[in-house]
Amino acid sequence: MDFALNDIQQMLQDSAAKFIQSDYGFEKRQHFVGSELGFNPKNWSLFADLGWLALPFSESYGGLEGSIIDLMVLQTELGKGLITEPYFANVILAGNVIQRHGSEEQKMDLLGSLIAGELKLALAAQETASLSELTNISTKAEKQRSSYQLNGFKPVVLGAVSANKIIVLARTSGEFGNSEGLSLLLVNPDQQGVSLNKYVTNDGNQAADITFKDVCIPFSEVVGIADTAFEAVRKVYNDAIVAISAEAVGVMEKLLSATVEYCKVRKQFDQPIGNFQVLQHRMADMFMECEQAKSMLYYAAIAVDSDDNADKAVSLLKIKIGAAGTAVGQSAVQLHGGMGVSDELDVGHYFKRISMINVLFGSYDDHLNQLVKQYQT
Amino acid sequence: MVNKMNIDFTEVEKKFELEVRAFFQNELPSEVKLAIESGMRLTKQQRVLYQQALFRKGWAGVNWPVEHGGTGWSAAQKYIFYNESANANAPRVIPFGLFMVAPVIYTFGNKEQQQRFLPDILSSKVWWCQGYSEPNAGSDLAAIKTKAVKQDNNYIVNGVKTWTTLAHLADWIFCLVRTDDSGKKQQGISFMLIDMKSPGVSVKPIITLDGLREVNEVFFEDVVVPKENLIGEEGKGWTYAKVLLTHERTNIAGVALSKQRLTQLYQMLNQPSSGLTDLTQNSVFMAKVLLTEVELKALEYTELRVLSAVSTGKAPGPESSILKIKGTEIQQKLDELYLEMAGIYALPYVPEQYDDEGIEPTGPFFAANTAPHYYNNRKVTIFGGTNEIQKNIIAKQVLGL
Repeated sequence: MDFALNDIQQMLQDSAAKFIQSDYGFEKRQHFVGSELGFNPKNWSLFADLGWLALPFSESYGGLEGSIIDLMVLQTELGKGLITEPYFANVILAGNVIQRHGSEEQKMDLLGSLIAGELKLALAAQETASLSELTNISTKAEKQRSSYQLNGFKPVVLGAVSANKIIVLARTSGEFGNSEGLSLLLVNPDQQGVSLNKYVTNDGNQAADITFKDVCIPFSEVVGIADTAFEAVRKVYNDAIVAISAEAVGVMEKLLSATVEYCKVRKQFDQPIGNFQVLQHRMADMFMECEQAKSMLYYAAIAVDSDDNADKAVSLLKIKIGAAGTAVGQSAVQLHGGMGVSDELDVGHYFKRISMINVLFGSYDDHLNQLVKQYQT
Repeated sequence: MVNKMNIDFTEVEKKFELEVRAFFQNELPSEVKLAIESGMRLTKQQRVLYQQALFRKGWAGVNWPVEHGGTGWSAAQKYIFYNESANANAPRVIPFGLFMVAPVIYTFGNKEQQQRFLPDILSSKVWWCQGYSEPNAGSDLAAIKTKAVKQDNNYIVNGVKTWTTLAHLADWIFCLVRTDDSGKKQQGISFMLIDMKSPGVSVKPIITLDGLREVNEVFFEDVVVPKENLIGEEGKGWTYAKVLLTHERTNIAGVALSKQRLTQLYQMLNQPSSGLTDLTQNSVFMAKVLLTEVELKALEYTELRVLSAVSTGKAPGPESSILKIKGTEIQQKLDELYLEMAGIYALPYVPEQYDDEGIEPTGPFFAANTAPHYYNNRKVTIFGGTNEIQKNIIAKQVLGL
């Protein structure tokens, strides 16, 4: 039994914390949120230099062989900085699915460029508002003589705006709703028949809705073996839940510390408002939620890492993150009073992010409902 | 090999796990086992029987240092022991001697006191109770008024202690008493051991919501206590008591026991006793069960984080302060779920069935105890420092407010 960070994790944590503290102020972030790209391209090169883009990938493709636990450590620190660089979309979703399902050649090529910071990817999988039926894919790729013809629609694709290639989950055979018959296809966003509706998300990130109309995909652009992609996507989603929950823990810790600091200096009735017991207890509750969320994160990260009951573990985790994130986020805004709802202060922006995390990869309700149903069949 | 975050046991720990499992299988006295299985309330004599089995095995002093006859177990070993104990449905050890006064005696007592008191605590020969709360000193514990006045080689003690658990079965009581009321109220408190057979000590029952006698009032009227019974220095009792409390948070959290109760709840849900509704089809109920599982799983890992930090020589981090609050909330949530599962069979109040195997309860076996247990267990968020006091502690000591 051991919960201590190892030397590599400690280094990762320190370098990420240093980056957030010295290079990633809130004002700089806000400047890039309004820009076309949505983030600072210099940071992306820095991520490559620091080895963060290489973290979870196998050594054979230039990676660092990091585990989900290493990713968890990094994501928590990045969460504290509220970064908008599409690290999650590229490394944890797209790169991950290539590593899990791509051919040797694709891995060598795509992961090599991703790690070098030269290529950006995005994964377009989910089509429903909630995650409960990830197999409900209407996007279709019909097999022609020498290519697939892709038709369909993918809403809210994270990282799509800056991606050079989009990895699309589409049905290539079998019935709607089946887990078999799904394939991943590499699509160039500039390709004929592909149109992106780009926008800034409510939490300052960027995403796009993508429409595919008779898009021609050569067989060479099928990721790995056709019709068998679902298992890899499912595993990527489990990793994604751990990683985004790690980010959530970072966001929550920041919300708690900011709130405690604010209540120590904000004076009303001739004293710091942190003297009032009703506020103290609310902050004690926030603290407990943060710690319980962190414990749950460790549990699920270890479960996913050792592939031990991972599906249930990530559902339990997402439920806890949903409950804790909502409670901590809302309390932080409430305790900041009017400042909590002002655009000028960072706290409201952390609240926005934690609220969006709750609806990504299955909400509290989705996961709870899924677990309940398992007892009712 | 780089070390990796994990919850795996070492080979040695796995062997230990089997040894503990075998102990509970083979050496839990059959009389005790039978009483538990048939839902009887354990007598003091049965509890002693069990605790002496632990003593013979050398496992009575779970937290004690080896030099005083303790196990010297690692954090992982303690975790294994509590899990196996809960899985075997073994009774909880009565904590007042083994877990509460003993650490104070071996940490702050002198050699003579250690030799005099510790062996009988370890063998469960002498039973203890805790004299902290008073009618006007509950959450504000430092406001205690029970007075100990020095007279030659003795103290003369006068006052009242209340909510004293199992005082009617105890041989000795450890007390916080006031030896000085001139300065700050925390400073004049001393830690004192008193023989319950001393002239002037009397015990009066308090009946709780379950209709049973568990707690008492203890009166002290000119009780003569030899000064050898004072632990450590006069006026330092508050510090000793606080040290004791911070070390006992894990014990109060009862994570292993709650895990066992949740497992049993799932088993009963999957195979409902006759006459019970199949609650797995009730999504509202199932959601509550699952949310309890979420909180318990998180707390289990919070506890593991604490244990892992302690085992590498670090002091427990701030996460330890939440164990009592969350642990007791979960215990009470489980009580509610059991009560709801029992449905109308929670109603009959037949206390005789706890002491007489001949009386058949109405409805399934577990149902009869659900309401009394639910009522009784409201205590857990109140004792050991109310959960509201615990939040004050978090606000002050962890958040620096």
